Amino acid sequence: MAKERIACFGGVYSNYLALASAILDAQGRGVDAIYCLGDMGAFGPHPDRVFPQLHDAGVMCLQGNYDDSIGNQLDDCQCGYTDPRDNHFAQISYDYTLEKTSAANREFMAGLPAQRRISLGPLNILLCHGSPRRVNEFLWESTTSTAFLNHLVRRKNVDVIAATHTGLKWCRKLDGGRQFVNVGVLGRPENDGATNVWYTVFEYDDRTGLRVEFIPVVYDHERLAREMESERLPCEFVQTIRTGWWTTCLEILPSKERRQGQY
Amino acid sequence: MIDSSASPRIALSHLDHLWFQVAGTLCNLTCHHCFISCHPKNDNFKFLSLKEVRKRLKEAAELGVKEFYFTGGEPFLNPDMTAILVETLEHGPATVLTNGTVLKDEWLEELQAAERRGLYSLEFRVSIDGFDAATNDPIRGEGVFDRAIRGVVKLVEHDFLPIITAARTWPEEQELEVVGRFVDSLKAAGYARPRLKILPTLQIGAEEERSHGYRDSERITLDMFDDFDETQLVCEHSRIVTDRGVHVCPILIESPDSLLGDSLASASQREFTLDQGACYTCYQYGSICSNASSGLASNAQHDQRSLDAIDSAPNDSTSNDSGRQA
Repeated sequence: MAKERIACFGGVYSNYLALASAILDAQGRGVDAIYCLGDMGAFGPHPDRVFPQLHDAGVMCLQGNYDDSIGNQLDDCQCGYTDPRDNHFAQISYDYTLEKTSAANREFMAGLPAQRRISLGPLNILLCHGSPRRVNEFLWESTTSTAFLNHLVRRKNVDVIAATHTGLKWCRKLDGGRQFVNVGVLGRPENDGATNVWYTVFEYDDRTGLRVEFIPVVYDHERLAREMESERLPCEFVQTIRTGWWTTCLEILPSKERRQGQY
Repeated sequence: MIDSSASPRIALSHLDHLWFQVAGTLCNLTCHHCFISCHPKNDNFKFLSLKEVRKRLKEAAELGVKEFYFTGGEPFLNPDMTAILVETLEHGPATVLTNGTVLKDEWLEELQAAERRGLYSLEFRVSIDGFDAATNDPIRGEGVFDRAIRGVVKLVEHDFLPIITAARTWPEEQELEVVGRFVDSLKAAGYARPRLKILPTLQIGAEEERSHGYRDSERITLDMFDDFDETQLVCEHSRIVTDRGVHVCPILIESPDSLLGDSLASASQREFTLDQGACYTCYQYGSICSNASSGLASNAQHDQRSLDAIDSAPNDSTSNDSGRQA
């Protein structure tokens, strides 16, 4: 029996160098399809550079909150920050990305679906950005109860829900062999002092069932950092790429996740 | 006179947040802006016992609850509080709203151990309403700033990252300056990465005496509800348990209409008429009671799309395709 295997990633955040490495890695693993769960832009430099790669590799994309905002030229990224410092940095990034994204790419993002239902072997998987309920809902590992996740998979009648949006990968096994998986992001490291980023491979095998593997992606982060500096993006963002520690958008982190980081 | 027929009604979409009025209305402080008039002799609402909370945790799990919140009064006046939080953390994330003045090291040690061995975050929200004694104490009481800061330091020493919660008792144009001074003051006290949550005041309870109550015109109308993102309202995704039963939201427990039933299941089915002044504040500022990590605590500016409707529509923006690429 042949295996079925797909790759999922989220939050590219204009990190076209990590995207190239991830696509190459996924293709090397012989995946049958690649999905992006949204947020192509933000944070990084040259937002238009990710789109040819996504198209050439046949990546099937969802619309994240950032793509909805840029695609429809809204005033901000709809990330829902409350802290004035976080909003300040989010707005710098948003204004830069909006200005540098071509009309054709905006149109592409505006037309993307918010969710996809796919099959992997006999399993039904729901792909979404934040949660199956809201595109910008944060499902953090430490603030999402198992009872709630069981409710979501039952309500959506799926075996697996895959989401992104928070920037941190995690997964939880649920009742009846179901699972929730946050597939991580390619755009920035995980606030753990390491510079690599992450994506996820889902593999179904008749004998062994579903296997979820988080894949580290090493890329030329120093080159990205230099390009961000050339584009005069905030040094706080560049520091994150170089050190692996988050320096902005910290207020939305629950205490357990916040404690892992340096700031 | 308020005409309730002109007010919109709201149903609970899902029980995201279950609140517990765990200390009833008993508090060791007498803050002038308290929206429930809690004070050291107010026992209108009683403590909830561990047994009562345990029963509700089970009920809530069956409804797919996401997070738990504990408030009062001062929760840590309840002798069961540490045990309640330890048990709650086995079921989901917990947030406790405290004034920080009665915390004991042995409770914090036990709670830190419980948080570390489990999956879920335990958040402390510590109410402090000014960045120094001169701005805080006229509202919260003589000497309370120093006591609360000692509580914050104690929490930090036990490796918690408390969220300092301040009601906005200053003009909005001074917000950035006030927030900056809060951050400076907390850092000076030894809290290296302070977290802050600013809340609007609610013109009910003691605050009605301190400033003024709501005018009759300060109500949500049916027109205002057109195109409004209802998820911004606390009652759209929350309920609160008191010793009397299940109420619509943590702000309105003293309003007789707020009591919706004995069981969570029945109280989750009941709609609520948004005819109170405090509903107007919730409408203006959006999910004022939630933590920032829920993604609900932003100002009510955006119509955040509910995907439930999208996913169930026959001709929708949900793509169906197989995992195998053509």
